[in-house]
Amino acid sequence: MADLTRLTAVETAAAIAAGDASAVEVTQAHLDRIAAVDGDVHAFLHVDTEGALAQAARVDAGELTGPLAGVPLAMKDVVVTKGVPTTVGSRMLEGWRPPYDATISTRLRDAGVVVLGKTNMDEFAMGSSTEHSAYGPTSNPWDLTRIPGGSGGGSAAAVAAYEAPLAVGTDTGGSIRQPASVTGTVGVKPTYGGVSRYGLVAFSSSLDQAGPCARTVLDAALLHEAMAGHDPADSTSIDAPVPPVVEAARRASVQGLRVAVVQELTGEGYEPGVQERFDEAVALLTELGATVTQVSCPHFAYALPAYYLIAPSEASSNLARFDSVRYGLRVGDDGQRSLEEVMSATRAAGFGPEVKRRIVLGTYALSSGYYDAYYGQAQKVRTLITRDFTAAFEQADVLVSPASPGVAFPLGAKLDDPLAMYRQDLATIPSNLYGGPAMSLPVGLSEGLPVGLQVMAPTMRDDLLYAVGGALEAALHDRWGGSLLASAPELEVPGA
Amino acid sequence: MTVPYDEALTRFEPVIGLETHVELGTASKMFCGCDTTFGAEPNTHTCPVCLGLPGALPVVNAQAIESTIRIGLALHCDIASWCRFARKNYFYPDMPKNFQTSQYDEPLCTDGYLDVDVTLEDGSTEVVRVPIERVHLEEDTGKSLHVGGATGRIHGASHSLVDYNRAGIPLVEIVTKPVVGTGARPAEVARAYVTELRDVLRGLGVSDVRMEQGSLRCDVNVSLNLPGQPWGTRSETKNVNSLRSVERAVRSEVERQSARLLGGERIVQETRHFSEDTGLSTSGRSKEEATDYRYFPEPDLVPVAPDPAEVERLRAALPDAPSVRRKRLTAELGLSALDSTAMVNAGVLDLVLATVEAGAPAAEARNWWLGPLAQAANARAVEAADLPITPAQVARVVELVADGSLTAGLARQVADGVLAGEGEPDAVVAARGLAVVSDEGALGEAVDAAIAAQPDAAGKVRAGKVQAVGALVGAVMKATRGQADASVVRRLLLERLGAEG
Repeated sequence: MADLTRLTAVETAAAIAAGDASAVEVTQAHLDRIAAVDGDVHAFLHVDTEGALAQAARVDAGELTGPLAGVPLAMKDVVVTKGVPTTVGSRMLEGWRPPYDATISTRLRDAGVVVLGKTNMDEFAMGSSTEHSAYGPTSNPWDLTRIPGGSGGGSAAAVAAYEAPLAVGTDTGGSIRQPASVTGTVGVKPTYGGVSRYGLVAFSSSLDQAGPCARTVLDAALLHEAMAGHDPADSTSIDAPVPPVVEAARRASVQGLRVAVVQELTGEGYEPGVQERFDEAVALLTELGATVTQVSCPHFAYALPAYYLIAPSEASSNLARFDSVRYGLRVGDDGQRSLEEVMSATRAAGFGPEVKRRIVLGTYALSSGYYDAYYGQAQKVRTLITRDFTAAFEQADVLVSPASPGVAFPLGAKLDDPLAMYRQDLATIPSNLYGGPAMSLPVGLSEGLPVGLQVMAPTMRDDLLYAVGGALEAALHDRWGGSLLASAPELEVPGA
Repeated sequence: MTVPYDEALTRFEPVIGLETHVELGTASKMFCGCDTTFGAEPNTHTCPVCLGLPGALPVVNAQAIESTIRIGLALHCDIASWCRFARKNYFYPDMPKNFQTSQYDEPLCTDGYLDVDVTLEDGSTEVVRVPIERVHLEEDTGKSLHVGGATGRIHGASHSLVDYNRAGIPLVEIVTKPVVGTGARPAEVARAYVTELRDVLRGLGVSDVRMEQGSLRCDVNVSLNLPGQPWGTRSETKNVNSLRSVERAVRSEVERQSARLLGGERIVQETRHFSEDTGLSTSGRSKEEATDYRYFPEPDLVPVAPDPAEVERLRAALPDAPSVRRKRLTAELGLSALDSTAMVNAGVLDLVLATVEAGAPAAEARNWWLGPLAQAANARAVEAADLPITPAQVARVVELVADGSLTAGLARQVADGVLAGEGEPDAVVAARGLAVVSDEGALGEAVDAAIAAQPDAAGKVRAGKVQAVGALVGAVMKATRGQADASVVRRLLLERLGAEG
C-alpha cells in the first residue's frame, strides 16, 4: 500500500473497508508521521497514542462502522475529551482531564473516527495566528517560519502536514476558515446551531461553532455530516435535518447558481495576489455555469468593531469560571492569602496577555453606564448585518469573498499590533454575526503561499457551500493536475 | 438611644419592600437533570452543568417555567409573551460559573398583587393589598460553610467548604413594589404577606416552602420618612428565615432607623445581616460601593415564549386562593369563628384544613395541630408549618388510631418519630415496633403481674368498685411501654377479677 497518510478520508475509509489496510495500520502510519514532523510543525499539544490505537482496534474488530470508520482525526484542544487532557491552549487548564465528553467527541467516536490527539490553538481560541497558545506557536507546513492562521492553526496545520486527513476546528470569528485559507486546506463553519456546542470550552457562546477541516471538499462534508445534528443538551442547537452536505459535495455543480461577490469584502485591505486569485476563481465559477453578480452589504464595515464588543463581552463572562476553586490552575494558595487573592493570582498567572485584553475589553463593554453604548450598540449592528445578508440572499444563492486579506505572514510579524491581527478576520466575521455557514477552500498561490476563497450561504443551506466548493475544487484540480497541497514543499523527515 | 417601635411610627411613615426567594420543588435542577432532594451527602447531586465545568451548557427545566407562570398567575401578574434569561456576573466560590443565570429586565411575570389579612389590635382583620413588581426565575447557588471563624462568616474563617448540591436548584424571586401606607403596622403587614405568600405557594404545590430548610427565604427592605417628605434611604436585611423573624426584622429596623434619624444621623444604603438569635441586624456591605453585575442576555439559552393558550389553561386550572379555600372549608366543616381565630393565631388553620383534606376528621386534625404539634413547634421555636411533618402524615397517624393499629399514646410516639426524621408514619411504626399489642396471651402475663402487685386495687374491683381498675390498667400500659390496647387490657382485668365492665 502507498503512503497511508497521503490518502483522503474517503480513500482511507474505502481502503479499510476493502481490507487493503487495517485501521490500526492507518493509525500507526499517522502516529509515525506525527512523530516525524510534529517537532517542526507543533500542530499537536497532546498525542493520544494508546487511545487512538484502541479505537482503531475496535474498528478492525468490526465494532464500529460507517463512512469514516477508522479514519484518523486531529481534535482542536477546545473540545472536551473524557480522560484526555484538554487545555484550550491555556496554562489555566494545564493537566485538566475532563470527566465528560463533548457531544461531538461522542458522536465521532461512535462513528469509528480515530482521534489521534489534541491540536494547538490560540489560548481560548482568541487569535489569528496560534501564536497566543501558552504552549508555543504552530508553524505553517508551507513555510515553517510563517503562521498557520488561528485560532485553529494546529488543526489546519495537522491536515496540511499529512498528520491527519481530518481535523475538528471551532470558528468564532474565522478560526476554522482563516487557517484553512493560509494552509491550503478546506475549512467550514457550519450554520450556528448546526453542530452541538455541548463540550466546547466557550469563548463567545452566540458565535462559537465547531466544524470540519480537511484536504478535500468531500472529506469535509463527510466530517460535517458526522458531527452535525440536533443535540438536546445544547438549547441553541437547531432541531431540523442536517442539510445534504455530502450529496452536494458529490454533485459538485454550480450550474444555474446565482453567485454574488460582496463589494465590501474586496479591494482595499486585501493583498493584490489574494485579490487576483480570487478574481480568477470567480471567473472560473462563471465558466462552470454560475451567474456572478456584485452585491453590497453596507454594514459589513462595522462587523469587526461589533464583533470585538460582543465576543469579548461574552468571553469575559464565560471565562469567569476559571477561578482555581474547582479545577485547573491554582496559584498562591499558601494558607495566608484570602480567597480573592488566590483567585486573582491564579487569573493573573493563568491567562495570557491576549485573553486578559479581551476580558478587560468585555468587562468594560458590559459595565453599567457603558452597556448601551458598546454591547447594546454592537447588538444593533449585528441585526443590521443580518439584514444585509438577508437582502443579499434575495439576489444571490451564495456570496463569495477572499477568506483572508493576505497569505500566511511571518511568525511574530503582528504580535505587537493587535488591531492588525484582528483585521485578519475582516472577511470571516460577518458570517459569525449572522449565523450562516461559510467555507474557505484553496484557489491558488500568491508569493508561493495558499490563497483561500470564502463561500457564504443562508442559514441551514450548508449544502450550497459544498456544491460550490466541490465544483471549484474539481475544476482547479484539473487545471493544476492535482491538489494545491501536492505542490507544497515536503517537510523534512528525519532519517528519510 | 432607642426608640420603641410604636413611638417611632407615630413620627415616621414606613415604606417596606420584600424580596422572597422560593426553591421550586421540581424533581430536577433548573438547567440539568440532577436530583433536587434536600439533605443528601454534599456534592453528590452534581454534574458537569451545575458544576460549571468548561464546555457544559444549560437546558431550561420546562416544569420550572410552568411553576413560575402559575405563581405569577396566582399573584395576578401579567405573563410575558417573550422573555430571556440574563447572566448576573460576580465572583463567589459557591457559584460555579461565577455568574448566576437569572432574569433581569425581562422577567417572566410582572405587575400583580396579593391581598393579605392583617389582624388589628381589636382582633378584627383588615385586608391590605401588597403590590407585586415581578416574579422571575433563576438558579440557586451552592452553599458555603466557613470553618474556623467565630461568626460562621467568611471573615476570620480558616477555610471554607462548598456543597454544590443546591447549585442550580430552580429559584423563584418574588419582589413587591414599595409597600406604602402600612401606618403603625409595617412589621405585621410584612409577616402577614410572607405568611399568605407561603400559603399561596403551598396551595399551588410548587414548593415545600420550608423556611427552616431555606426553601423560602426573605430579604426585607425598610425605609422611614417624615410625613409629607420623600421616601427615606432604605436598608436591605438579608436572610430573614422565619415568619417571626420577618416581623422582628422590620421592627428592629424601624427602631434602629428612627433612632438614627432622631439623632440627626443619616441612613446608609446598605445590606444588613439578620441574626435569628438576637433578632437584630448588623451592617454588611455598603450598597454605595455596589457590585456592577454586568447583566446581559444569556447567550446559551433560547428565549422563553409561553404559549398564550397554555397560559390560559394554567390560569383555569389554578386552585382556590388560600383565603377563598379557608372560607369554604371552615364553612363546610362548621368550624366556629372562635376556632378559626385560634387556629389562625397559631398559624395552623391551613394545616388543619389540609389535614382534613387528606382524610382526617376535623376535630382530630384540630387537636393535633393545636395540641402536640403546636407544642413541638414551640419547643423548636419554629412555625408549625415549618415542622418536618406534613398534613398528609398527620392524617395517616389519625387513620392508624382510628383503625386500632395505634393507641393515642403510640400515635404521639409515631408523630415524634416523623418529626425526628425517621420517615413516614408507617415506617416509624415498623422501625420502632409500635404496633398495638392486643394479643390476649401476650397481655395475660402483664395483667396477672399487675393484679399481684396491687392487691388493694384488685380487691376493690372484686368488690365491685369498677373504677379502681384504672390504676391496674395504668400499670399494664406502663409495663408494655404503651403498646397495649387499653380497652383489651381493661376487659382482661375485669374478667380475671370477676367484675362486670
